[in-house]
Amino acid sequence: MSPPLLTRWLLQGEWRSHRLQSIVAVLAIMFGVALGFTIHLINTAAVSEFSAATRSLSGTSDLTVRALRSTFDETLYPMLSQHEGVARANPVLEITVGIPAKAKAVHNPVLKILGLDMFRAISITPDLLGVPAEDKPMDMLADDAVFLSPAAMEWLAVKQGDSITVSMGTEQITLRVAGGLARAHAGQRIAVMDIGAAQWRFDQIGQLSRIELKLQQGVNHTAFREMLGKELGASYLLTESQDDDTRAHNMSRAYRVNLNILALVALFTGAFLIFSSQVLSTIRRRSQLALLRVLGMTRRQLLRQLLLESGLLGVLGSLLGLALGYLLAAMALRHLGADLGAGFFPGLEPQLHFDPLAAIFYFLLGTGVTVLGSLLPAWEAAHTHPAPALKSGSEYTVLAALRAPRLAAVCLLTGIIFAGLPPVYDLPVFGYLAIVLLLIGSMAALPYLCGLLFSTLLRALNPSKSNILYMLAVTRLSNASGLAAIALGGVLVSFSLMVAMAIMVTSFRVSVDNWLAQVLPADLYLHPIIHQDMRGLTTDEQQTITSLPDIARIDFIRSIPVTLDPTRPNITLLARPIDRNDPGLIVPLTENALSPGEISPDTVPIWVSEAMVDLYGFKIGKQVTLPFADPSQLFIVAGVWRDYGRIFGAIQMELSDYRKLTGDDHVSDAALWIKPGATIHTAISALKALPFGDTLEIMETGRVRAVALKQFDRSFAVTYLLELVAIGVGLMGVAASFSAQTLTRIREFGMLRHIGLSRRQIQRMLTLEGGLLAGFGIITGFLLGTGISLILIFIVNPQSFHWTMQLYVPWAWLVLMALAVLGAATLTASVASRRAASGNVIRAVREDW
Amino acid sequence: MSHTPVLELSDISKSYSDRQVLSGLSYSLAAGEYVAIMGDSGVGKSTLLNLIAGLDSPDSGEIKIDSKILPVEDEAATILRRKYLGFIFQAFHVLPHLTLLQNVSLPLLLNHLSLDRAPAMLAAVGLQGREQDFPHQLSGGELQRVAIARALVHRPRLILADEPTGNLDQDTSREILQLIRSEIKANQASAIIVTHSRLAAETADRILVLDRHGLTPISLENRK
Repeated sequence: MSPPLLTRWLLQGEWRSHRLQSIVAVLAIMFGVALGFTIHLINTAAVSEFSAATRSLSGTSDLTVRALRSTFDETLYPMLSQHEGVARANPVLEITVGIPAKAKAVHNPVLKILGLDMFRAISITPDLLGVPAEDKPMDMLADDAVFLSPAAMEWLAVKQGDSITVSMGTEQITLRVAGGLARAHAGQRIAVMDIGAAQWRFDQIGQLSRIELKLQQGVNHTAFREMLGKELGASYLLTESQDDDTRAHNMSRAYRVNLNILALVALFTGAFLIFSSQVLSTIRRRSQLALLRVLGMTRRQLLRQLLLESGLLGVLGSLLGLALGYLLAAMALRHLGADLGAGFFPGLEPQLHFDPLAAIFYFLLGTGVTVLGSLLPAWEAAHTHPAPALKSGSEYTVLAALRAPRLAAVCLLTGIIFAGLPPVYDLPVFGYLAIVLLLIGSMAALPYLCGLLFSTLLRALNPSKSNILYMLAVTRLSNASGLAAIALGGVLVSFSLMVAMAIMVTSFRVSVDNWLAQVLPADLYLHPIIHQDMRGLTTDEQQTITSLPDIARIDFIRSIPVTLDPTRPNITLLARPIDRNDPGLIVPLTENALSPGEISPDTVPIWVSEAMVDLYGFKIGKQVTLPFADPSQLFIVAGVWRDYGRIFGAIQMELSDYRKLTGDDHVSDAALWIKPGATIHTAISALKALPFGDTLEIMETGRVRAVALKQFDRSFAVTYLLELVAIGVGLMGVAASFSAQTLTRIREFGMLRHIGLSRRQIQRMLTLEGGLLAGFGIITGFLLGTGISLILIFIVNPQSFHWTMQLYVPWAWLVLMALAVLGAATLTASVASRRAASGNVIRAVREDW
Repeated sequence: MSHTPVLELSDISKSYSDRQVLSGLSYSLAAGEYVAIMGDSGVGKSTLLNLIAGLDSPDSGEIKIDSKILPVEDEAATILRRKYLGFIFQAFHVLPHLTLLQNVSLPLLLNHLSLDRAPAMLAAVGLQGREQDFPHQLSGGELQRVAIARALVHRPRLILADEPTGNLDQDTSREILQLIRSEIKANQASAIIVTHSRLAAETADRILVLDRHGLTPISLENRK
């Protein structure tokens, strides 16, 4: 270990004399750590809030029995309550209703009402018991009484004794606020009423959503669950609270991982920045470091000194990053919500909690990445031969160590192989590794490619006719390509990321827009106030709408949530009129579907979204059973369609088949085509004039598309922010690299001034070098960025979100970005060149330090 | 002057690629002795200094400093170098971001010695009151004074100087050479100065010429 005083002097000396580079390195690490930590804090807050809220609904129960359909017959309850091993059973009916008073201000204004047997609930979910007024204890059982959580009361702006109107389908029901709840989860909007009253009021007589079981002491939970599962058969699901946690975790996992990866990209860019500034720093200080070795500093001491130098910057950057991350998380939770605008956790008000373990992880990550970034240059500096390193001009030999065409080839090849590998635990691990390998491989190939291009250019130049400055610039780029490549790395990383994200986001947005055009062919869409309303529209109401004079065609759609796996979010079943001979007219198929001849008469065709193929293995031609129908009924996957709306999976089937199998003739939505000559305005007026017209949400196709695209842009807002940070860090790297190179080359400039080049000529030469280099960086960055975008589009997106998209390259935007980066890099080179051409360069030739 | 050798070279050979630089070189330097080594360019003067400093290792032969065999292993050679050797370079080699006092203190810190001697050494080379200056505030001659102070501050047994006046004008060179000699003698160190300069060589107790036959003692008259 070096003496502490010496270590301190060397650290202070280096940082004091190169403040800009040190600040840039700290900022790079700070942003990377801050973004990662922010995303972690927000997601943890959201997921734990979601889990806590879900858990508060099941109280102290050991096991919950649900049906694969949304409700089941209550005859199961007496059987379970008397089942051996069961201490207590608590029946629950859970109903999601709309709040008409909020319909104009809030999109999809839902309130969850729990119907509870108050006498049973007292032992399992005591927190959810209603607290009636002292003089009205029987309100607990009253058929019009509802008890609201504080958050629900605040949201609805009501107090005990007031009335609220809720809707189910087109029906409106008025309930009396009889009081609050014993102890509701903070921020959770929920209502409770007597189960019998709920069944009657909401037309769910004899139906339950779930039964919570408290097992007798000593009963083995796992064995009981297994035994009861077998007893109840495949139509029922048995879940424990950890299943809900997993479900909440799975809901936002892909989105969360993708955001984290973007944050890591910022951190990676920061690490590269550390690497390039450390390379330049060790080149600049080559003779100084050699002197320390000559004076008696061992290799190990020097290596430690250099790693400490960057490590401390990493520590500072990481600490600042944690503070900034916490601040950003608080701001994001306040302004964007728990899901950062992605829509996974509506109605939650998560609280931000500092997570010390995560803080330690991100701190170690930031510091580790910094040390890793400086490891290679520090190793090279510590192991270089001190005697030749003392002589000026030896600095160019250091770059030979960084020339690694074999490493480049191996990384690029492995990257390409990784791109073809399947996901790991539903995550595109190899896809991301492929991106990292492509970045590292391209970086390692840069010195070689740079030398190749500029030596070819040099050979093509005629020395007697070419401009001397141009000759000097090209000669240097050709002969000192290693050093040039260090500065080029910043341009390459930032521009390739810009290109990759621009191509990916454009492809996604255009694909979504095209998809919307295909899935929204009608003129108008309507549904009751909330989506997937349990009741929806009755046959009479459907008939009333159909008989309106301005309507040319109407497609009714039944949309219900279906549970296929208790640890995964529900999938959506959409039953609608589909032409079996040409399903592509309605369903946006990704490939050829089965023809009617290929569908056996005893199976019912279904068309599944891409997510169903990835998550549940529903491949074309596969025969499956579905929980809403009799287990003996087989369905056949007749086609796969693209769905950007439901990443957890969706199934489409013919409405007639659905009705035949379930007897459910209600519908959730309707798509309406207007007769030629009629206007949308008159059609909407006619719909609103219906007896139940004011309970309908009617939207023109244009508005639906606009809302969907707005939602798209909102969910990408954070992505854009992260991209901007990564680019900003990259450009800072360009500035730092050029500035550091100028210091490294100060003797060279002094010599040029001595042999007659003016300051202005040196400035022009450096600007030219910067421009040529940036131009080359932009071309390679474009190629690399396109490669990364292909991985994002064809590997990462399908494996994360289970959707595919078409490739669209935003040429105009890319040209603009290329010009902006070229301008920024040239400007930076120009500013750095002013310093290079200043008076002290002449002195640098005389003095060898 | 003690006659115990501070440096013993026994049958040293060194080649680079297919070029033999040193072949079977043997020499013994007595404690307190100050010798100058001259020779044509490329004859191996710097190579010899690098071998003595442990910055390079001989293909064959043995080097002893203060009766201790110079190890081949880098870590051990470095520890021996930091304790027994001091260096003066043509290009001064002072760290630009450290003050003069800090530069001179480097060998003391590396040897875990008290820093008390550093201001005294700066004063001895005529830089009293300049302790907190930075190298960019100094002339070439002044920088070489700093290097001399740094070379001697930890009382090494042997000073190796490689063209110490190569970057200086004649007047400054004379002044610096006198200072090197007087300080080396005052600190009871031995020294090897490698130089092309007659002026520099004349300040040494003995002059040796390095050629393919090895080190041969001469008087300056013989070199004319």
